[in-house]
Amino acid sequence: MAIRWGNYSPTPFYDELIRVRNKPRDAARDLCEYLKHLSDSEINEFKTASTTAIQVMGITFTVYSEEEGSIDRAWPFDIIPRIIPKHEWDQIEQGLKQRVKALNMFINDLYNEQNVLKDKVLPESILEHSKNYLPECQGIKPPHGIWAHICGSDLVRDENGTVYVLEDNLRVPSGVSYMLENRHVMKRVFPDMFDKYNILPVDDYPSQLYDMLSQMSPRTIHQPEIVVLTPGIYNSAYFEHAYLAQQMGAELVVGSDLEVDDDDIVYMRTVEGLARVDVIYRRIDDAFLDPEAFKEDSMLGVPGLMRAWKAGNVALVNAPGAGVADDKVVYAFVPDLIRYYLDEEPLIPNVPTYKCVNKEERDYVIENIEKMVVKPANESGGYGMLIGPHSTKAERQKFIRLIRRDPRNYVAQPMLLLSTAPTLIDTKVEPRHLDLRPFILSGKQTNVTMGGLTRVAMRKGSTVVNSSQGGGSKDTWIVDMEDK
Amino acid sequence: MLSRVANHIYWLARYLERAENTARLIQVNTHLLLDLPRDVTLGWEPIVDMLSFRETFYEHYDTADEKSVIKFVVTDQLNPGSIINCLANAKENARIIREIIPSEAWELINNLYATAKDDTQSVLTRRHRFECLDKIVAGNQTITGLMGGTMNRDVGYSFLRLGRHLERADMTTRIIDVRSASLLPDVSGNISAFENIQWMSVLKSLTAYQMYRQEMRLRISRADILEFLLKRDIFPRSICHSIKQLGKCAGELPKSHVLKEKVKEVSKALANLDTKDLKQDKLHAVIDDIQAALIKIHNVINETYF
Repeated sequence: MAIRWGNYSPTPFYDELIRVRNKPRDAARDLCEYLKHLSDSEINEFKTASTTAIQVMGITFTVYSEEEGSIDRAWPFDIIPRIIPKHEWDQIEQGLKQRVKALNMFINDLYNEQNVLKDKVLPESILEHSKNYLPECQGIKPPHGIWAHICGSDLVRDENGTVYVLEDNLRVPSGVSYMLENRHVMKRVFPDMFDKYNILPVDDYPSQLYDMLSQMSPRTIHQPEIVVLTPGIYNSAYFEHAYLAQQMGAELVVGSDLEVDDDDIVYMRTVEGLARVDVIYRRIDDAFLDPEAFKEDSMLGVPGLMRAWKAGNVALVNAPGAGVADDKVVYAFVPDLIRYYLDEEPLIPNVPTYKCVNKEERDYVIENIEKMVVKPANESGGYGMLIGPHSTKAERQKFIRLIRRDPRNYVAQPMLLLSTAPTLIDTKVEPRHLDLRPFILSGKQTNVTMGGLTRVAMRKGSTVVNSSQGGGSKDTWIVDMEDK
Repeated sequence: MLSRVANHIYWLARYLERAENTARLIQVNTHLLLDLPRDVTLGWEPIVDMLSFRETFYEHYDTADEKSVIKFVVTDQLNPGSIINCLANAKENARIIREIIPSEAWELINNLYATAKDDTQSVLTRRHRFECLDKIVAGNQTITGLMGGTMNRDVGYSFLRLGRHLERADMTTRIIDVRSASLLPDVSGNISAFENIQWMSVLKSLTAYQMYRQEMRLRISRADILEFLLKRDIFPRSICHSIKQLGKCAGELPKSHVLKEKVKEVSKALANLDTKDLKQDKLHAVIDDIQAALIKIHNVINETYF
């Protein structure tokens, strides 16, 4: 027998499947029992089957390296799923809906009345230095008051099992296609387990996305023209852009497929001539969207797109400027924003966050930097971070200088002891740290994915889960235990 | 349909078809080589000429021996038309339009490239060559079948067939040309046993032998084979069939006035062709004309839609 749970010890962390040595959590009992009886060769067979499935499906992401340029890699996938009982998930889902509702109200307020500043809930200086605040968006009221139609919030669990929101991704969050494809892979290689468990399905995401996008169409017509705007095949998330377009039956376009005429209407070039576009699910950053309005040398965007959007002739999803709320400094204020806009207590807490812009908090961070995770306000993908306990003295000195030079740009959080889950390393199970990215769609209604994308740090002891930095993923099962 | 997408579908089909037919072309030559008497030395250089890559070839190789030509045509990354590069280009085009084609088709294309890449070293030895090239032929046949069985009959499908049949017509002319180029002495006046074998190998490389027999009910003869491969619509790899398909596709597309005209011109020329009258030189000239006409058709497609 290959997997010996007696040898698996999660302490000092909270483990998603194993309560204490040899004692699985209720929802994981059947799975652990099943895994225990697999032989080495069966485990290898499952691993090979999943690798083959991933290769055949062409599930890749692109990484950039100076030596090799851009290369496609299959994303490491671990066949042991992460299990969350449905009653626990229902709580998280409510919390996410609450959070995203407040965030959308906040963005809409910021670009219109700015009551949040007048009422001094958010200091004005935060806004003045925000890189993602777009003055061009002032006075715009997008349909249903929604700016962040698609939000990917990263959740983590600490050693006590408490779930926190680590960050919100409101610009162009990615990863949902891996969530969908991971489920397909699991069904191909692990069909037995789907009989044992009542695993809630994830595959209606593309239809929900399509419905939400159609609701945003400025023209009330039966079938609005919806396109997915991608930077192109060299983008690391291109697989996902193509996948979502395919699943929705929408056109996948690059900037050069579109043009905006003097009538402020967006058209795409087709074999029959020009055709009007109603909704653009854009996967290009704000700065590259429109060379007329932002970066003049952008080759990815469409000149005149902002004109068309402001004239109300096309919907942009997410709306330009929505990123103002996923600034890591604004993050620290989100609990206050929930209280301010909804008059409710936040259902999911933030990770305690020190804002370096405040002197006392800054001094505390600098004094305790070897215990802190320091993050720049506007980077994503795990770049430009300092992980105190794993850093060298020179790195810490560098970050202290960076913080002093531009305190507004940095926040710090205590190093969390992230939860773990059993992960197959060769044919043995070892604990690896993970997080969870659910996706929240906001249209006329709000929908949260059933679970989300579980990302795993495949290196022992590491907490960096990003695909670009050696992370992998697992399937996430929300299981209904009621009928058992 | 987006112009850019139509362009990728068209080229996807062309590259796949080109890979398949290049594999077939090498099969003909290898077959011939085995069947001919020892004192007839069969050259490999004409293969390079036939694919119009003479200059590129001699930039990288000194002599056109079997090993060099096979390497150049099948595995060489430096040859833009090598089978491996065709499959890589097919895969890249497919990757860009993977939301348009059925996902199973993308899986097959991706897989065909991956296996071909692993296999290509074994193609250098004759023993493994047949199997390896057959896999490429079978691979494209599978992809074609899958797309035929699962794709909507919309303009995308028309562009796919447009690319496929244009490339197939072009490559079939090149395969027939194996006989009319300087591969062998002109023996058309005297139907020798060897000549039969040579024509049979041309038929076989196009999977046409059985179909020829069923349709023509005749012994192997040069004029009949040319009639069958050039003028009979009934056989799906004949030039006539491909041209007819181009005409059909043009009928399904918008703004196709000029395209239809050009296709009609080639059809007419084919219909007026007398295959009994085709000696080597003339056959070669006819093939040149067809290839030139196909280039014109491509240019019209390019200007009208992409």
